[in-house]
Amino acid sequence: MDKFRMIFQFFQSNQESFMNGICGIMALASTQMYSAFDFNCPCLPHYNLAYGLGILLVPPFILFLLGFVLNNNISMLAEEWRRPQGQRGKDPAVLRYMFCSMAQRAMIAPAVWVSVTLLDGKCITCAFCTSVPVETLGNASHPPLSQGEVQRVLARIPCKDIYNGQQLIANEVAVRYLRCISQALGWCFVLLMTTLAFLVRSLRPCFSQAAFLKSRYWSHYIDIERKLFDETCAEHARNFAKVCIQQFFEGMSTDLVAARCHLPRKAPADAEKLLGITDRGTMNMALKSWHRCKPPLHLHPPVLPTGNGWAGEGQPPTHPSAPRRETAAYYSWV
Amino acid sequence: MDRFRMIFQYFQSNSESVMNGICGLLALASVKMYTSFDFSCPCLPQYNMVYGLGIMFVPPIILFLCGLILNRQSLVMLEEWRRPQGRRKKDLAVIRYMCSSIMQRAMVAPVVWIVVTLLDGKCLICAFSGSMDPEKFVGFANVSTVQVQQLLAKVPCKDDELMRNNTSRKAVSRYLRCWSQALGWSILLILIIAAFLARWLRPCFNQATLLQARHWSNYIDVEQKIFEETCCEHSRLFAHKCILHFFESMRQEIKLHSFSVPREGDGAEGEEDLLRGITDQDQVNKLLKTWYYEKPPLDVSQAAPRH
Repeated sequence: MDKFRMIFQFFQSNQESFMNGICGIMALASTQMYSAFDFNCPCLPHYNLAYGLGILLVPPFILFLLGFVLNNNISMLAEEWRRPQGQRGKDPAVLRYMFCSMAQRAMIAPAVWVSVTLLDGKCITCAFCTSVPVETLGNASHPPLSQGEVQRVLARIPCKDIYNGQQLIANEVAVRYLRCISQALGWCFVLLMTTLAFLVRSLRPCFSQAAFLKSRYWSHYIDIERKLFDETCAEHARNFAKVCIQQFFEGMSTDLVAARCHLPRKAPADAEKLLGITDRGTMNMALKSWHRCKPPLHLHPPVLPTGNGWAGEGQPPTHPSAPRRETAAYYSWV
Repeated sequence: MDRFRMIFQYFQSNSESVMNGICGLLALASVKMYTSFDFSCPCLPQYNMVYGLGIMFVPPIILFLCGLILNRQSLVMLEEWRRPQGRRKKDLAVIRYMCSSIMQRAMVAPVVWIVVTLLDGKCLICAFSGSMDPEKFVGFANVSTVQVQQLLAKVPCKDDELMRNNTSRKAVSRYLRCWSQALGWSILLILIIAAFLARWLRPCFNQATLLQARHWSNYIDVEQKIFEETCCEHSRLFAHKCILHFFESMRQEIKLHSFSVPREGDGAEGEEDLLRGITDQDQVNKLLKTWYYEKPPLDVSQAAPRH
């Protein structure tokens, strides 16, 4: 648990580390998904290719989109892209930087899936078993079959238990051949991806380093600004709620005092904390009133009963600018 | 847990330690990759050599490139190399030192892969079984040339119907494995001796230059890190000020346009202050809308907020 927390803290300390952490988790999830997936080749002539290539290409696409969805910065990018210019100019270089860094991170899990699939070999074996060169690998002396028959026999290569073409071409030979091709493709793919990553990373300092530093700074800035603004708003909402609720209870207490004809009993020491509500009936009434008629979102007049539906009427408003309806006292200049 | 935390902190404390840690992790990853990789020799005459040598040499290239990519110092070195001179001279000895240390660390994982491959033997058996001299082995001596190529190519596949229980296959296999392991151990021995000599003899040459180069390369690394941290800190403060100015300007607008009576009641003052003058739903909506449509300019030098 401690170890997990420490690793979590390390990744959280830095925004980029956090994104790298998500990236690594998705790559691991991708390998786990592959090993948990029960690959089941249909062993039929035209279905094999569709199934094999589908398993090879559709999950990476899903993982790529998932990489974007899980990335918090996508909404930040969209917001920055679509906002009106207003008083602050927009810099397309910053947008490009944000998009590129997100796309690079989102590409890792799909690349891992494709590599693992190719290195394992089942997909390619399933997809291309009907294209095995029977002339070179198989038995030339076998009585000739029609093209369709040959296709049907070859399509059963991945399914060892129903394979009936052992005289035409040995199952192990075909599987080894296809797997060799698949693994070679897999390693070449990994080499290509690694080379691309290396080139992208090492050529950047050679060109436009200053522009890169600028874009990186402003993209971090936009992210931090958004977070701070959310925090400020949340704090404001908390204080707003506190005052609102306090006023509500004060309003209730005032109503109670006005409605009752006798003085309240000698209050206990922390009566103030109870805000004048000291028995079950009153509390139920307060809760019902809170549910039926919430106070308006208007905090200026602290002394007024704010129209909460209590039977006892409160005093009339002391000044005209505090309306009793649930709208603002703030007049727009637009 | 404590031990793990200590190890983690030790590695984080020093950038060289971090790089050594990454180097070690890559070496372990290399071994793990090899053991989890399902080696499957095609057992066909031309394909064997390509497959075997491919598996022996392509993953090391990948691991080498990974070692360069994951090493932060390679970026630092490139930046130092390509930066304009400006007011700080460039010292080629430092760049050379950084380059050589990066290369040395990146070479560890590929070497581990090659050595593990050779000590295991499957790759060499697959690649060179077709190049064996059939005369040396009883089972293959009196077979036609084409046939013998086919048979030799099938040696790595133990379960093939032709090769099951074939003693000559086992002989070829053992022979190749012996060569493979001998090669593996020899390479390991040579590399260890070379590393040992390099480390022992280095102080005999240019020790002062070496110390300088190491110091300045460490300095460049630390300077880069601190610069990034300072930028982060700065952007945080900038954002904070910007938002405060924004709320302040909203409060000014509200004061200008609303007809609120000055409030009595000291209890409410403290909290109202925190509310920064924004006290009802429409005001909040206005604030949020303004935040989206008209972000404040990136300029916190002015004392008075905008109007």
